[in-house]
Amino acid sequence: MLKISQKEYAAIRRHGEETYPHECCGVLLGSADGDERVVTSTARCGNTRVDSPHNRYHIDPKELVRIQREGRDRGEDIVGFYHSHPDHPARWSPTDLEEAHWLGCSYVITSVSKGKADLTNSFELAGDGESQKKFLDEQVQVV
Amino acid sequence: MTKIHIPTPLRQYADKHATVEVKAGTVGEALTGLVSKHPDLRRHLYTEDGKLRAFVNVYLNDEDIRYLQKEGTAVKDNDSISIVPSIAGGSQDIDELSNLRIFELSYPRRMRCCPACCR
Repeated sequence: MLKISQKEYAAIRRHGEETYPHECCGVLLGSADGDERVVTSTARCGNTRVDSPHNRYHIDPKELVRIQREGRDRGEDIVGFYHSHPDHPARWSPTDLEEAHWLGCSYVITSVSKGKADLTNSFELAGDGESQKKFLDEQVQVV
Repeated sequence: MTKIHIPTPLRQYADKHATVEVKAGTVGEALTGLVSKHPDLRRHLYTEDGKLRAFVNVYLNDEDIRYLQKEGTAVKDNDSISIVPSIAGGSQDIDELSNLRIFELSYPRRMRCCPACCR
């Protein structure tokens, strides 16, 4: 389960609207306890896929190093990531699965239809390694 | 000592440590020291032929070691190494995934209704 405040939930959906028709992306920070992840802050990232930003995203690892360090200073860990699917459903794509490597983390996807945020779904990247990884539907609790 | 920051998904293979300190002269030695202390990390960081996996980014302080001397990059006491798996994806090929495939991948443990339609 992913627990996220109304404020952060609204922020990631708004990010998708602001970058439309391009995909947005960012990091979820907080704490994890077993299968439950609690988001206490989010960090917007730039999408480095300038060659195909409407259907691809990539976060500069240097930005991740910074976000990870700043989170650590606040006592937060990276517990997941978010991105948008402009004019596509809020479900994971084969590319999303192939390029997902943070096992045990949440991957939140918001569909943005004609510039307006529609559904937001979350998927846990489960498995014990690259060959077994899979996305599982995850309940999102907005608190 | 050089501090290695372990990303959240790999901590389960490092006795839940967020950081591990090793004595090393290069990034490669530091990583070797890390997997010596925590052997379960090896398959997550390296391919079977001993190369760092392509999606595993290694940063020395704020620099990608690919643009330094890779694993031969020298480290000093108080340097910190960050292991950062890549983050990417997108909706590019979402339409290629059939609904059945989505069902199989998303609900592998769900009870199947019958052998005829749910092989």
